[in-house]
Amino acid sequence: MTNHWRDIRNADLILINGANPAEAHPVGFQWMLRAKLDRGAKIIHADPRFTRTSAVADTHLRIRTGSDVAYFGGLINYVLQNELYHKDYVQYATNAAFVVKDSYQFKDGLFNGYDPQKRVYDATSWAYETGPDGFAKTDIQNPRSVLNLMREHYRRYTPDMVARITGIPQDQFLQVAKLVGEMGRPDKVMTIVYAVGLTHHTTGVQLIRSGAVLQLLLGNIGRPGGGMNAERGHANIQGNTDHAISWDILPGYLRVPAPGQHNLTDYVTQSASKKLQPTSLNFFGDNYRKFMVSLMKAWYGEKAVSANEYAFDYLPKPASNASWLSIFDQALRGKMEGLMLSGMTATSIGPDSNQVLQALSKLKWLCVMDAFATTSSEFWRAPGVDPKSVQTEVLMLPATHWIEKDGSFTNSGRWAQWKEQVLPPQGEARHDHWILAEVFQRVRDLYQQQDGKFPEPVLALTFPYADPRRPTLDEIAKEINGYDLTTGKRLATFAGLKDDGSTSAGDWIYTGHYPETGNLTKRRDGIQNPAKNDPTGMGFYPGWAWSWPLNRRVLYNRASADAQGRPWDPQRPGIRWDPTAAKWVGDVPDYPPTADPTKPGAPLPFIMTGEGTGRLFSNGVADGPFPEHYEPVESPIDNPLHPSVSATPVAFLYDKAAGRDNRFGTSADYPYVATSYRLTEHEHYITQQVEHLVQLQPEPFVEIPAELAKEKGIKNGDKVRVSSKRGKLEVRAVVTKRLGALQIDGKKVYQIGIPIHWGFVGINTGQHWLANALTPFVGDASSRTPEFKAFLVNLEKM
Amino acid sequence: MELTRRQFLQLGATSTGAVGLSPLGFDLVPARQVKQRLRVEGANVSHTVCPYCAVGCALVAYTRKAANGSVDLLQIEGDPDSPVNEGRLCPKGASALQLAVSRRRVPSPMYREPGATEWKQVSWDFALDRLARNIKASRDRTFVTTDAAGNVVNRCEGIAFAGGAAFSSEEGYLATKVMRGLGVVYLEQQARV
Repeated sequence: MTNHWRDIRNADLILINGANPAEAHPVGFQWMLRAKLDRGAKIIHADPRFTRTSAVADTHLRIRTGSDVAYFGGLINYVLQNELYHKDYVQYATNAAFVVKDSYQFKDGLFNGYDPQKRVYDATSWAYETGPDGFAKTDIQNPRSVLNLMREHYRRYTPDMVARITGIPQDQFLQVAKLVGEMGRPDKVMTIVYAVGLTHHTTGVQLIRSGAVLQLLLGNIGRPGGGMNAERGHANIQGNTDHAISWDILPGYLRVPAPGQHNLTDYVTQSASKKLQPTSLNFFGDNYRKFMVSLMKAWYGEKAVSANEYAFDYLPKPASNASWLSIFDQALRGKMEGLMLSGMTATSIGPDSNQVLQALSKLKWLCVMDAFATTSSEFWRAPGVDPKSVQTEVLMLPATHWIEKDGSFTNSGRWAQWKEQVLPPQGEARHDHWILAEVFQRVRDLYQQQDGKFPEPVLALTFPYADPRRPTLDEIAKEINGYDLTTGKRLATFAGLKDDGSTSAGDWIYTGHYPETGNLTKRRDGIQNPAKNDPTGMGFYPGWAWSWPLNRRVLYNRASADAQGRPWDPQRPGIRWDPTAAKWVGDVPDYPPTADPTKPGAPLPFIMTGEGTGRLFSNGVADGPFPEHYEPVESPIDNPLHPSVSATPVAFLYDKAAGRDNRFGTSADYPYVATSYRLTEHEHYITQQVEHLVQLQPEPFVEIPAELAKEKGIKNGDKVRVSSKRGKLEVRAVVTKRLGALQIDGKKVYQIGIPIHWGFVGINTGQHWLANALTPFVGDASSRTPEFKAFLVNLEKM
Repeated sequence: MELTRRQFLQLGATSTGAVGLSPLGFDLVPARQVKQRLRVEGANVSHTVCPYCAVGCALVAYTRKAANGSVDLLQIEGDPDSPVNEGRLCPKGASALQLAVSRRRVPSPMYREPGATEWKQVSWDFALDRLARNIKASRDRTFVTTDAAGNVVNRCEGIAFAGGAAFSSEEGYLATKVMRGLGVVYLEQQARV
C-alpha cells in the first residue's frame, strides 16, 4: 500500500477492484465502512461477483474479469475529456508536460519497438526527448507531451467501448465516472483498493498501473485517504517481498545483477534511475551504489572491499526469468534438480496443478519445511499418482510456526510489528531460520572438506551470530538495520549509508527500524490514548510499531501539499511546510525535512524517480508505456479495440517455447469465463488443518449464475463437472444470483466462481479437487504473475 | 453512554473496591467476580500478530506454565490497543488458537526414498545431512561460472527455493541471504501466486 489500513477512513470515494475486502480482509474493511459511516464516503465495487463487499457498497458494477484496464481507461478518458483532472497537481507532480520522442507510436494494438519473433518490446524505445543537458524537455502544449499522447490513447475508451469490453452498462458507468471526476478537486480524495483480482492476469501490472495513472490525474497519490492500496493475502508477504525472496530483486528493491555487468559501476548504471530534470532529487538513483555496497558489506563483511568491487562477482546473475512459472518449466524440462518449499505448497498454489505434479515428479529431490503436511510433501501419493513411479526424494522437515517464534511481520500498510514468542516449539519442530542456518553450515562444512564449484561465496558469507547454527531474530534484525562500521553503532537512517565500505545494511529501507535506542517495531503507543498517540489526528499513530521507510505512514506524501507546501486539503494534511519552524510537519516527510519549497530550485515532489514526478507514461514495464486493454489469454471474444492483437502480444508462452502441447482452450470448447477466489473462513490451504474453519466451510464448490443453472438444469447442491483444457473439478454447485450474465461485445457471457481452498490434504479427506487444476500456465509480461483470475471452462451436470 | 470495548475492560480493571453503581448504571461487583474466575486470570500476556492475511491484526495471547513445565495457551484475542484492528478479529484470527496448538502437526522429520510408498521417520541429523548433501551435489552439477558470452555469472541453475510469506521478516532475510550466497537464482514467494 502507498497508504495504510486505518488511513482508508480519510477517503471520500473508495474504488474497490479485484478485491473483496468484506470477506477476504474483514478487519481491514472496517476502515472503508468508517469512511462511509463517518464522512459519507461512497464505495464503488467493480467485481464479477456480488459479494458482501458489494452488499454494503453504494454501487456494484458487474464487470467481466480481466477487463479493468478498460474500466479505468474509460474513467481516465472521462476525466481528460471533461477537464476534471487536478490541473495544479498534474502540472506540478506528474510527467504530463514531458515531451515524448517522435518514434512513439501506438497502432492496431501494438506500441513501437515490438519484435514479433521474440514477442518482446524494446522498452527503451519509449523515451522522452532530451536536450543537450541530458534533461527531458517539458512543454505541456506540445502535441507529444505525455498529457496529449494520453488524451489520444484513451480517446478510444468511450462509455460505449467500456460497456462492450467490461459488460458495465453505459449509464451505470457514467454515474460512477461523474463521482470519480469530482475527486479531481483539491478538497476531495479517492482511494483505490485492490487485491489479487487485479494482479492475477496476463495484464496484471497494467491493470494496477491504469489505477495509478487515474489517481495521479486526480491528484490523489501521496495524500491521506488516497493512493493505490494492495490488500495482500499473507501475514508477511510484504516483509518478505521487501527482503527479496524474489528472483528479480535484492533486499530493498535493488535489482538483481544481470549477465554482462562486470562491476558495480555497470550494475548501478544499468539499474539506477537517471536524473531527468535539473531539480529532480533522484534520491534512489543517486544513492543506489551506497545501498548496494552496504548490502554487500552485510553479506560479505571483510571479504567485500573496494579492490574486488565489494564482492560483486559473488552475486549470481540469472540468465533469464526465474520466477514461479519458470521454476516449474525448468523442472518439466528436466533442468531443475531440487526444490525447497517453506510455508507454501506448490501443488495447490501454482497454476495448472496437473502440470505442477509432473514437474515435482521430475525433481531429484524436494524438501518441504512446514508445520503441517501439505499437498507438496504428499504429492507423490496424490490421487491418481502411483508412488512407485515417482523417483523424487522427499524430505519433510517439521517447522515451527508464527506463535512459536519472535520476529516481525510487515502488514500491507508497511507497518512492521514485532511479535513475541508465545509458545515453545511443539514436538521436534525447529525454526525455519535454524534449519536454514544449520543446513548452510553443513554445506559450508562440505565445501571445506571436499572440492566443489566456486566455493568462495559459500565460505565467505557472513554469519556474525553468537551461535551461527542458531541465530536469533533479534541479531538478524540488527543486521538488516545496519551499522556504521567505524563506530560499531547501528544507524538511525539510511541517509547515513555510504558507498566506501564504511557502513552495512541488510535492507536499506529498514534502516532506522532498530537504532541504538532499540527495536522500534515493538512500540505499542496505540489507541489507548489517541490524543497523545495520534498527534496529527490523521490516524498515523507514529508510535505504534514502525513503517518503512523511516516510519513514514503515507508514501509520496510531498505530493499531499502544493508547490508552496500548503496541503491541497487543509482538513486532511499529510505534511505541511511550516515557514516559522523552517521545516515540514505532519507525517514523516517524503522530502528533505528542511527543504524550503518556496525557494527557487526546490526539489521536485517525487524524490524516488528520475523525473522527480509521478509517471503517467513509463518505460519501466514490458508491455507498453500506457496501460492498454488486452483480452485474457483464454477469452470469449476478440478484443474490440484491436481484434488482430487480442491478447497481450508479449506474454511468455512457456509450453510453446518448450515444445509441449498447447494447453489453452477456446470458447468453442470452453464457453464460460471462470475466476478463482478466496473465502472468509480459509486462508489458502493451511486452514484445511483447523477444525473450526473446516466446520464452517467444509467442502469445495463452484458458484454458478442462476440463469445459467436453469439453462443447464442444475439445481443448488447438484454435483457438476467444471473442466478446462488442463483439468477438471467435480464438486457441488452453489446456484446464485450473485453471478449473472453479461453482454460482452454483443455476446451473452456467463462467469463462474471457483474458491481455491481444497486439496487432498487436511481434516476433510477425500475433498481432493485442486481448483488450480483448471488455471492456465501463463503470466504477465512484466511480473509473470499467473492468470488465475480469467480463464475458460465448460460446465456439465453430473 | 457509549463505551468502547477497551473502556469497558478498563472499567472492570480499575473500579476494584468501588461501591455502588458504576457509570454503566449497574453494580459491577458480580461482574468483577466473574472476571476473577476467568481462566486468563494471572496468565502471562504476550503480544503477537495474526498469522493469516496481511491486515496485521495485533493479538494478545494468554499462556500459563503448567506444573510439568509445559506452556498452555489459554486464549488468543484481538489487541484492543492496536490502531489496525482495535481488538477486532475475523473468523480466522478468532480461531488462531486451533492453528497454534494442533494434534495435526508433523511430529518429526520424515523421509521418503525415491519410489517408496510410505514415509520413514528420521532424525534431524539425518534429514539435515541429507539436505546439505543434496544441495551441494545439485549446486556442483548445475553451477555456471561463465556464460556462453564469456560473462562471469556464478549462478546455480538447478536449485529453487519458494516460500516465506509465513516467515518472520528476519527469517525471510536470512533465507534470501543464504540462497543468494549459494548462488541460487530461482527464488520465489507468494507475491506472484
